Amino acid sequence: MKDLALAFSGLARKKLRTALLIFAVFIAFLIYAVLGAFSASLDAATGSSASSNRLVVSNRINFTEVLPIAYVNRVANVPNVTDVSYSMWFGGYYQEERNFLIAFAVEPASYARMFSDLNIPADQVQRFSTQRDCMLAGRTDADRWGWNLGDRIPVSSNIWRQTDGANTWPVEVCAIAEGGEELPGAGVYINYEYFDEARAFANDTVGNIHIQTAGAEYNDQVIQDVDALFQNSPAETETVTEAAFNAAFIDQQGNLGLIILGVTGAAFVTILLIVGNAMSGAIRERTGEIAVMKTIGFPSARIARIVVGETLLIACIGGLIGLIVAWLIIELGGAVLAAFSPFFATLTLSPQLLATAVALMALLGLITGAIPAWNAMRVNVVTAFRRI
Amino acid sequence: MTNALIQIADVAKSYRRGQETLSIFDRLNLTIPHGDFVAIMGPSGSGKTTLLNMLGGLDRPSGGAITFDGKQIENLSESKLSSWRAANVGFIFQFYNLMPTLTAAKNVELPLLLTRLGSGERNRRVQTALEIVGLSERKDHKPKELSGGQQQRVAIARALVADPKLLLADEPTGDLDRTTATEILEMLQLLNKDLGKTIVMVTHDPAAAKYAKRELHLDKGEFEERVS
Repeated sequence: MKDLALAFSGLARKKLRTALLIFAVFIAFLIYAVLGAFSASLDAATGSSASSNRLVVSNRINFTEVLPIAYVNRVANVPNVTDVSYSMWFGGYYQEERNFLIAFAVEPASYARMFSDLNIPADQVQRFSTQRDCMLAGRTDADRWGWNLGDRIPVSSNIWRQTDGANTWPVEVCAIAEGGEELPGAGVYINYEYFDEARAFANDTVGNIHIQTAGAEYNDQVIQDVDALFQNSPAETETVTEAAFNAAFIDQQGNLGLIILGVTGAAFVTILLIVGNAMSGAIRERTGEIAVMKTIGFPSARIARIVVGETLLIACIGGLIGLIVAWLIIELGGAVLAAFSPFFATLTLSPQLLATAVALMALLGLITGAIPAWNAMRVNVVTAFRRI
Repeated sequence: MTNALIQIADVAKSYRRGQETLSIFDRLNLTIPHGDFVAIMGPSGSGKTTLLNMLGGLDRPSGGAITFDGKQIENLSESKLSSWRAANVGFIFQFYNLMPTLTAAKNVELPLLLTRLGSGERNRRVQTALEIVGLSERKDHKPKELSGGQQQRVAIARALVADPKLLLADEPTGDLDRTTATEILEMLQLLNKDLGKTIVMVTHDPAAAKYAKRELHLDKGEFEERVS
């Protein structure tokens, strides 16, 4: 505690400089925590809901191109394919375009069977499979928009039009997917037939075919067989694992992981240079005081410890404020932004992220304090007093 | 001499400046008994401060031996010298050299942070030291809120607080007006007479030197003694 008090008093010497250094560290940890939470949620969204024996078939050109629905039965006959379903991106919104929905038109029975991790009550699966205008809503969306079972709502598309020009498909909320710990239960699903019969173009096409294999060990062979089946056809396919598909979907926004690492890394290196340089200057200014401490009898190692204590304090105070503000942004901002995408509702500061942040604070404090501490240890008392 | 606190035997000090070796003194001898108050005078460059630094273990002699209370100190390691200084020597500087961010009490407490004393005992000792120098009522003031004389008294309290045997003062009144300087010198005299502190004071001021029990003039590497 004695040395901590001395470290605090060292920081109090130039309050504005200390405040600015703490602010710089605060910014770095704010960026780290917010982007880290974003990245973790993204990873969870792409990875955790992906089953190891599920594959996704898309058009080889890219996943926005469609596939003939006739492919579904042919895929179902490939050896070691145990189940098949299909979906079409709906581009949905609720009432107003800004009320974006992650919406798909799916074949209800097979989809509910294959994605049992959506956690839908059995009676509702039954209704979803048999009632043409039934919509399955994820719990997150149901709560966000205040939907209850039996509610009739309009779901509109900013891609698809009906033959009469309308872009709204009236549906009844008759099933709610509770989701699980790893699958947040976001998104809405309408009946493919109900959707396809009314749409004005691209009928009898699907966006993706979902395959369940007899086991992960058959994935490679099934991928090979499926893609071979449609080779040299007008719509060649590209089959990948579900995890790879999800990752590729996210990567269309650019390599977010790399961007996050780059931004955070640049912020930290900059802060490292700023704090290290400022602390070196601060120690130079205090050469006389350090000489006095040595004269009194403070060993060099203890003086170095006090200097490192100062940089650790800067890193910890700035870092903790950064984490607290990041938490507020994620908690409050996430709730507001969830109106635009349920993804934001999944943002969280995980214990792992917090532990890494604390480790980074310690590392930042130690690295920025190393050179100033070394300089402080090397202060020659006789020379220093000659300069005073 | 069994009563000797400090014995300097054949001490030499030289510096290298480029190719040249500059000798400050060669074969310097001096004995300072317990309870002595010595003023060291001499022209600039005669080595007064260098000698003081060597007595305080801040600088090492090029040759010879320095014995403190029967123990040779010139060959001690840096860390042992630090511990030795903390236990045995109090320093008083011309420009006070107080920590600007610490209060008077916290400045005085600094040497006690090197001990195992608890905070209660540290506070009691700080209070006593500040009372000795007559500044207990200003203990919560920072150096910039104190006059030069008051700052020097805080510095004296800091030098005293760990109860060292030896006080080393380098031009302690060099930055003070005559009246304040007299107060400080009387205080040093009091510490020598009443508390039995051995004091070695470097000064240019003959009037200040008069307060010591004896004056030593250092010139051309030799001492000339005058008893006050």
